Amino acid sequence: MSEAIRPTRLRRRGRRGSHVIPHLVLATGGLLMAFPFVWQLVMSLSTNAEVQSLVPVFWPAELQWQNYATVFERLPFLDQLRTSVVITVIRTLAQILLCTLAGYAFARMRFRGRGVLLALTLSILMVPSQVYLISQYQIVQGLGWLDSIAGIVAPGLFSAFGTFLMRTAFLNLPPELEEAARLDGASPIRIFWSVMLPLARPSISVLAITAALWSWNELLWPLVVSTYQTQMPLSAGLATLVSDRNNTDYPVIMAASMLAMAPILLLFIVLQRRVIDGLAFSGLK
Amino acid sequence: MSGVQTGPGVFAGARPGRARPARDARRRGGEAAARRRDGAWPWLFVLPLFTGIAVFYLVPIAQTLFYSFTEWGVFGGWTFAGLDNYARLLSGRELLPALGNTLLYTGIVLLGIPIAVWLASLLNTPGLRFASLYRVLFFLPYIAMPTAVAMVWRMIFNGDYGIVNWLLSLVGIDGPYWISTPGIAMGAVAVVGLWSSIGFALIVLRAGLKNIPEELYEAAEIDGASPWRRFRAITVPLLTPSIFFVLVITIISSFQLFDLLYAILGSRNPILPKSMSLVFLFYQAGFVDGEKGFAAAVAMFILVLIGLVTLVQFRLQRRWVHE
Repeated sequence: MSEAIRPTRLRRRGRRGSHVIPHLVLATGGLLMAFPFVWQLVMSLSTNAEVQSLVPVFWPAELQWQNYATVFERLPFLDQLRTSVVITVIRTLAQILLCTLAGYAFARMRFRGRGVLLALTLSILMVPSQVYLISQYQIVQGLGWLDSIAGIVAPGLFSAFGTFLMRTAFLNLPPELEEAARLDGASPIRIFWSVMLPLARPSISVLAITAALWSWNELLWPLVVSTYQTQMPLSAGLATLVSDRNNTDYPVIMAASMLAMAPILLLFIVLQRRVIDGLAFSGLK
Repeated sequence: MSGVQTGPGVFAGARPGRARPARDARRRGGEAAARRRDGAWPWLFVLPLFTGIAVFYLVPIAQTLFYSFTEWGVFGGWTFAGLDNYARLLSGRELLPALGNTLLYTGIVLLGIPIAVWLASLLNTPGLRFASLYRVLFFLPYIAMPTAVAMVWRMIFNGDYGIVNWLLSLVGIDGPYWISTPGIAMGAVAVVGLWSSIGFALIVLRAGLKNIPEELYEAAEIDGASPWRRFRAITVPLLTPSIFFVLVITIISSFQLFDLLYAILGSRNPILPKSMSLVFLFYQAGFVDGEKGFAAAVAMFILVLIGLVTLVQFRLQRRWVHE
């Protein structure tokens, strides 16, 4: 550190006082935020008696790891996990493909009807999902896709939000590279694929994680189009578990919940720097 | 996760990118293509997406509007019912409790915004260690699967052996059965809603704080403004655009409460009729009771309600949001 920088650092520190209060408040808040996750983990490793004791057992007498094995034996957990993974992968890939293509055309190409198509697509952003749910259900029913992966996946392949996101991304890219490629005689599809897509990578990763997160967590639509527990994704599966009166093996339910959340939480912790701001601004809940 | 998605661009009005097309391109001398049409290519790019949007979104919106004027039989046929569904809706017997619960939930969740402003300004302390760790801790509830976290919250609020009632018993209070008492259940769900949405507000507000020039604070300090005064006179006014964005998004998503309510209370909970949210009423009518016409009317009501409230917010924006 050079001498010149030091004093300003000290002065800044002085300006906002010491760091004690921020740390105190943020650490307390952070612990409150984290507590339910920690508590869920503790309960998932307890016995049922410990979970239901009148004085909370903050650390089980013996860690009950077999609860996690029981999850796979007793519940349709593996089926649901597979459904969750499949629908999330399909939707994410489809949204990346369709939204980048359309977003690029809306941003960089000129064609008759562009404004109308764009306005129609963006108008959906303003409409709460309940408004199209009934008809979507009938379409899927008509196609004979109830209780199938295709039925759960279908509407979520197309995203107005993703199109909006990608159009903004392409609008903000400099035009020079594109023109150079065009002068070299590259076709539009070639320009899009080898020149523009790599440049839009940061926005594509925001789109991917947004799509994956939404698909993994979504409840209402899968709940509506699937009746059998074995064909539901985890989000709907866990919700129906609660209503089942015979299911009072709480530690196993906690273990199942932990497993259901884990993939997305881990993915997020790994990617957090890149994604957190983009995610927050998408306001996707 | 449901429904309305939006982004800052929706609020930004004219973005820098908007003015770019033909004229600017010509001025830059680059595109001889200013007048060029790209032939059939754009359609190849747009149609796969737009076909899906039209089939699964645009047509259904029109259809729901139509359905809201129909009555559905048990075997799937429909008859025209005029304004019956809306009359039933506006009689308020089902609507008022659902609307009241939804507003109660929204009100409690909105308490998170002032807390988030405070936390964000603390998080923005220059040179603060562990800032990214704090960010992650606060953000995790926002991205965790609602039905999975609902499981643990059900236990936390359990009337007999939940940790909340145990804590209350330590100070001599006999805690209620949170999840099976009407009214109180909605409060419990709202606490979870607050917990899961505060991270979103925190991140957006912190990004807003990053844009406030440091010089302003330094100047204020030289003028002898106290920390509180600096917070009131600089931080809050300059943060109002971010606060506005968070407020609009939080209200839109709170009005669509369903996942947490369904998962925390459970679909067989006897107090459900008294604890419905608007979307729950929609779900119950359309997919449990098979009254698709009435459900469509509820959906239209949600659409109009969100539209109106958002419109009012934009109208009021001029009064308090800093340019």
